[in-house]
Amino acid sequence: MEFASLSLYNQAIILFAALALFMSFIMLAQARMMPLIFTFAWQGLLLTVVSVLVAITSGHPELHISAAITFCLKVVVIPWLLYRLSIKLNMQYDAEAMTHPTLLLLGGVALVIFSYHVSQSIVHLSGLATRNTIAVSMAIELLGMLLMIARKSAVAQVIGFMSMESGIFFAAVVSTYGMPLIVELGLAFDILVASILFGVFFFHLKDSFGSLNVGQFNRLSEANQAMPASDAAEPAPGERS
Amino acid sequence: MTLLEITLLIPLLGGLFLALVGHRPIAGWINIAVGVMTFGAALAMALEVLDHGPQLSPSRMFYIDAFNVYLVVLTAFVGLTTSIFSRPYMRHEVERGRVTSRRLRLYHAMYQCFLFSMLLALSTNNLGILWIGMELATLTTVLLVSLYRTPEAIEAAWKYFILCGVGIAQALFGTVLIYFAAETKLGAGRNDTLLWTVLHESAGGMDPAVITLAFVFLLVGYGTKVGLVPLHNWLPDAHSEGPTPMSAVLSGLLLNVALYALVRVKMLVDGSLHSNLAGNLMMGFGLLSFTVAGLFLHRQHDVKRMFSYSSIEHMGLITFGFGMGGPLATFGALLHMTVHSLTKSAIFITVGHACQLAGTQRITQIRGLIRTQPAIGWGLLLGTVAIAGFPPFGVFISEFLLLMATMKAWPWLTIPLLVGFGVAFAGLFRHMQKMVFGEPPPGQMPVEANMLPVVVHLLLVLWLGLAIPGFLSRWFEQATVLITGASPL
Repeated sequence: MEFASLSLYNQAIILFAALALFMSFIMLAQARMMPLIFTFAWQGLLLTVVSVLVAITSGHPELHISAAITFCLKVVVIPWLLYRLSIKLNMQYDAEAMTHPTLLLLGGVALVIFSYHVSQSIVHLSGLATRNTIAVSMAIELLGMLLMIARKSAVAQVIGFMSMESGIFFAAVVSTYGMPLIVELGLAFDILVASILFGVFFFHLKDSFGSLNVGQFNRLSEANQAMPASDAAEPAPGERS
Repeated sequence: MTLLEITLLIPLLGGLFLALVGHRPIAGWINIAVGVMTFGAALAMALEVLDHGPQLSPSRMFYIDAFNVYLVVLTAFVGLTTSIFSRPYMRHEVERGRVTSRRLRLYHAMYQCFLFSMLLALSTNNLGILWIGMELATLTTVLLVSLYRTPEAIEAAWKYFILCGVGIAQALFGTVLIYFAAETKLGAGRNDTLLWTVLHESAGGMDPAVITLAFVFLLVGYGTKVGLVPLHNWLPDAHSEGPTPMSAVLSGLLLNVALYALVRVKMLVDGSLHSNLAGNLMMGFGLLSFTVAGLFLHRQHDVKRMFSYSSIEHMGLITFGFGMGGPLATFGALLHMTVHSLTKSAIFITVGHACQLAGTQRITQIRGLIRTQPAIGWGLLLGTVAIAGFPPFGVFISEFLLLMATMKAWPWLTIPLLVGFGVAFAGLFRHMQKMVFGEPPPGQMPVEANMLPVVVHLLLVLWLGLAIPGFLSRWFEQATVLITGASPL
């Protein structure tokens, strides 16, 4: 399909969707906490813009509600929450040591190609104007997952989680013009509760481990389970207070 | 208002009420009272279904058929018996200073909200709401896993949150894809496209490519919550570090609900693909989980961790059974879901008391239960005998049915199954004998324990092993017909 032959609205949709995907790559490469949070908010904003554009072009006014939900959660509430927590936990200047950033980005590229390959077989079914962006939404989801796997900081993992959620929400908007309203509201509620719980956990992690680096988690790995010698050394679980 | 809606409303309101008064000494009793009411309502609802057959609520939001009616009753029942166990257990934990009164309130409120989320997931007719219920079940339990606030508990809860979060997000993507497939078939603009009843009717015309892709995402998503290897990492941690009543309901109920979601989706996929792709995938994952978990049983040093691996093993077996399809295997899998749930929650209840008795979860330090407190010792021994699949308990019957079905359809796979049973049996009993018999350490004192739930559960499992009551076998049969299209009898 010739890009120039599309209507201006559709060109804008594809442009903004591509920018949102680009934000995912920036998040993958961003080691500092604050810019990471801001990039996530920018991605939310871009996805909101796409939802509004889809709502206008498709004549589905209920998509404005999806856009509003995305805006409230992904641009305002979650970034604000993370921002406040970072300041409160005194880690606004923290940066994570990145291992193999190039490899990570190349992996991201591979995931995007994979998404295009997979969605090739299903895109032709859709008569929707936005079908070109189905692959983008899948790529945003998979890149969010990659972010969660590759990073050791709890904040980055939360951002990856929320970015996955954004990608799925976006997939619903562009492939079917949104899920039924009750499902969208339920989803928004779940995500809101999840973000609050994540905040609670940041404090617990900080209290117990002194930092939000979850890479040091090893107490429960199977390798440590198989060492009876440590029986005497470590206090029995029942006696921990 | 239908009886089903009442069944859902009681735990929700109970949870909200307990959020206000959950720290008082009477909260344990309120928790039990809410459990009794939920169970009563669920029972009344089940009787109605027994008389009038499958029911669709007027708004088409809820749907009860032979497949989920018994799971709703089972969930309400185990929720009730575990709440009976949790009252003395949590009081003991408060006395030992492991739980503050604020956390006790959180515990009671979340316990009921967790039951609500599972009942919602089981009874809803909407695949989107099903997903929301599953996610809600994670959210309500994650703070309970970290209830003790030890570094281990927080690590376990974080792992649980992140792994289940990622997994369940995949399931959401799968749900979106199913919606996409249904909308291309049924046309846009309908607001009932995500209803299971509508999807099931029109499954035949949905595009196989999309449905295949959707099933892969859904299998990974709900499979994470079922605890299928290699997505099982959260499960032993969450079970071993949280309070024991939580382990009982997680193992006995949550895994079942996740598997229920997976089987519901499989029914759609089978209708669309007309091949056994979904079944074969489930068989592979199931057999892998069954084998790996059986081996891991041998390496465990924490008693709750050991039994959580046993849960993975049984869930793997049930997934394998559903994957195999066929009336006999499906009937066996449905029965196994029930007996495993009853037996495993009974075991966790006994283990909870045993750990309080010994003051530790380390297997090497739990000794001589039968001498110190015979009820706990015998409970643990009989529970383990039942879960290992000895006759005359119900687990034997369902495992036997599954083995028979395997022998008919995939004769070669009976060998890994039999080896797996042997390995798991050895894994459980090499630890069990010393814990139950052995020499009790000096100064070991009996604790306050209410063994009533354990006795009731094990008697039910025994009953199911000797004779399955007529109404239950009819439900199993109807469910089998729903899932496979053929009757086992």
